[in-house]
Amino acid sequence: MEIIKIISIVFVLIGCFFFATGTIGLIRFPDFYSRMHATGKGDTLAVLISLMGIALYHIFYHGAVLDSIKLIVIAVFVFLANPTATHAISRAAFRCGVKPWTREENK
Amino acid sequence: MESFYLGVSIFLCSLVLICLYRVVFGPTIIDRIVSVGAIGTKTLIVLVLMGFIYKRIEMFLDIIMVYAFLNFIGTLAAAKYFEGRGEI
Repeated sequence: MEIIKIISIVFVLIGCFFFATGTIGLIRFPDFYSRMHATGKGDTLAVLISLMGIALYHIFYHGAVLDSIKLIVIAVFVFLANPTATHAISRAAFRCGVKPWTREENK
Repeated sequence: MESFYLGVSIFLCSLVLICLYRVVFGPTIIDRIVSVGAIGTKTLIVLVLMGFIYKRIEMFLDIIMVYAFLNFIGTLAAAKYFEGRGEI
């Protein structure tokens, strides 16, 4: 049973790592599209991995199957909804005329 | 395990504070909307961990589900509004 705990902790820590990289990308990247690329992919994967780790610990130590299934349903919903929202707002920005970032000497 | 969850929650709250920089000083309004969406995604995980710390996860799960729906619908509504308006 101890191995399940270690696997769960590792999953949650990997999720924290992807959250941190997404946040650094949101702060550091130069224009709107690259910021959206960082948060849209990093946060989606981080939510999926973190909720899978938490549900794994919960289903083995507390035996609550229904709550774990609900957690997995939330993870799958975020996995479908977050890229959709990213695509929608990116298309809106493109149609509003936000220019992608290029290097200065190429202009 | 509760102390580990508490440490992860504090780490995610510090990431939310970093994201607030982009909300306050964002160059365009779409940057602010994306940052609020990212903050909502981190709040989702913090709510799950709070549910386990307080041992009331069956109550928190419905709140988490509604929060995920509202985060998605809010971003989508903002996207449709700006697409219809045609300018930032």
